[in-house]
Amino acid sequence: MSGSLRRIGAMMLRNLYLLRGSWPRLLELIYWPTVQVVMWGFITQFFSASSAWLVQASGVLIAAVLLWDVMFRGNLGVSLSFFEELYSRNLGYLFASPLRPLELVAALLGISLVRTLIGVGGAALIAIPLYHYSIFTMGLPLLAYFSNLLVTGWAIGLMVAGLVLRYGLGAENLAWVAIFAVAPLSGIYYPVEVLPGWLQPVAWMLPSSHVFEGMRRVMFEGVFDWVLLRNAVLLNLLYLGGAVYAFLRVFRVARERGLLLHFGE
Amino acid sequence: MRGDPALPPAVEVKGLCKRYGEVVAVDEVSFTFPRGVCAALLGGNGAGKTTTISMLLGLLIPTRGEVHVLGTDMRLHRYRALDRINFSSPYVDLPQRLTVRENLTIYAHLYGVRRHRQRIQRLADELEIAAFLKRPYGSLSAGQRTRVLLAKALLNEPELLLMDEPTASLDPDTADRIRSYLMAYQRTSGATLLLASHNMGEVERMCDDVIMLRSGRVVDRGRPGELIERYGRETLEQVFLDIARNHREAS
Repeated sequence: MSGSLRRIGAMMLRNLYLLRGSWPRLLELIYWPTVQVVMWGFITQFFSASSAWLVQASGVLIAAVLLWDVMFRGNLGVSLSFFEELYSRNLGYLFASPLRPLELVAALLGISLVRTLIGVGGAALIAIPLYHYSIFTMGLPLLAYFSNLLVTGWAIGLMVAGLVLRYGLGAENLAWVAIFAVAPLSGIYYPVEVLPGWLQPVAWMLPSSHVFEGMRRVMFEGVFDWVLLRNAVLLNLLYLGGAVYAFLRVFRVARERGLLLHFGE
Repeated sequence: MRGDPALPPAVEVKGLCKRYGEVVAVDEVSFTFPRGVCAALLGGNGAGKTTTISMLLGLLIPTRGEVHVLGTDMRLHRYRALDRINFSSPYVDLPQRLTVRENLTIYAHLYGVRRHRQRIQRLADELEIAAFLKRPYGSLSAGQRTRVLLAKALLNEPELLLMDEPTASLDPDTADRIRSYLMAYQRTSGATLLLASHNMGEVERMCDDVIMLRSGRVVDRGRPGELIERYGRETLEQVFLDIARNHREAS
C-alpha cells in the first residue's frame, strides 16, 4: 500500500473507531434521515388525495428528501469529522506526522461517504415497507444524483471546515447554517421555475438545482436529462476544486499563524 | 549515528525569526545540534521555546530564517523528514473517546510503522501502559496520558525526538523511570533528543547542551555544568532565575 493510501486509511480508521465505539453516534446518523422520511411520507399520503401533480409520481417527495439528506449528510460528514480533530486538540500531532493536508481532505470525504451511506441508506430501506416506495427503482440515475449531491455536500463541508480552521470553533454552527442557505434555491420539493425570476439564475448556479430538476424529469416523464447531469457535474468540479483549494490555502495560513497548536474544547 | 561526521546535523537553525504582527516571538535565533545529543531549550513563559519547536516541526512557518532537520530543509521538504521525527507536548492531545490502543494504532499507520502490533505492545510494556490499552484515552489520569503521549512519540523510533515538558504530571518515581528510559533510548538508538522543560533537575541530569532563551533570543548556551560555573551558582535553576530576572546577561 502506498504511504498516501495508508495515511488516508489511518484517518478513516480513526473515524470508524469513533463510530464503532459510540452507539448514540450511529443511531444519530440514521435517526434524522428516518424522521424526515417518515414525516414526508405522511405528507405524501395526505397530498396524494388532493394533488394531481403528486399523483403522477407519488414517491417524488420521499425521493427528494432522501436525496436532500445525501447532500446534508455529505456536508456534515466532512465538517463534523474535521471538528472532531479540533475538539480533541489533535491537529498538532496529526500534522507533525507525515500526514499531508490533502490526505486529510481525502479521508474526510471518504468518511463522509460512509456516514451518508449508513444514514440515508437506512432511511431509504425503512421507506420501502412503510410507504411502498423504493428509491432504488430509479436505477442508474440514482447513482448519478447521489454522487453529485454528495460532492456538493463535500464542497460546502470543506468550505465550512476551512472557515472554522481560520476563525475558530466559534464558527462551527456554519456546518448547519451554510447548507440550509442553499436549500430553498435547490428546488428540492418544487421546480426552480417556482422561484422569482431574478432568483432563478442564482438557483441554476447550484449543482443541486440541476440534480433535483433531473430527478423530477426521471420520475414524472421517465426521461434522463443528460444536459442537467452535465451541468451538475461541471458545477461540482468547479465548487469542489474551489473548496479544496480554499481549504489548503487556509491550512497554509494556519501554519503561518500558529493555529494548528491552539485549538480545543 | 552519534557524532557521525558524514551525516548532516540533527538540527541546524540560522537566523530564525517569527513575528505575529508587532509581536516578536522568536528573534534571530541560530543554533546547531549534532546527531545523538540530548539538548534543551530553557526559558520562562513566552521565551520562544514552543514556537521554536513548532518551527522545527514545520507546524509553524517562520517569518524568516532557515530550519534544517536531519539534513532536510523544513520550509521546502518537511515531508521527507517527518517520518523520522516525533514529538510530544502538553499543548496537543489525542482523541479522548478512542482507546489507547486505537490511538496508537492510528499513529502507527500514519508513521508507517512495520509490525505495529508488536511495537505497540513493546512500548506498552516498557512504559507501563499495557494495563490500560483498552481504556479510552480520556479516562486516564494526567500521568497516564503523559506516558501514552510518550509511547506515541516513540512509535516510529524517531531519529529526532522533540519533547515539550516530557515528564510533566508524572510522580517523581515514574518521572525518574521515564528519564532513565529516554536516556537508554538515546544511547541505544543514537537518536537526538531536544527538550523544552521547566524541570531544571531533569535538564541537568539528561542534557549535554542547553540553550537559554529570553524574549525570543538566545541569551546563553553551554553544558549544564559550564553554565552553573559561568554564573557562579550551584544549580541550573539558579542560573535560570538569574537569566529570567535579567540579573546578568551573558556576553
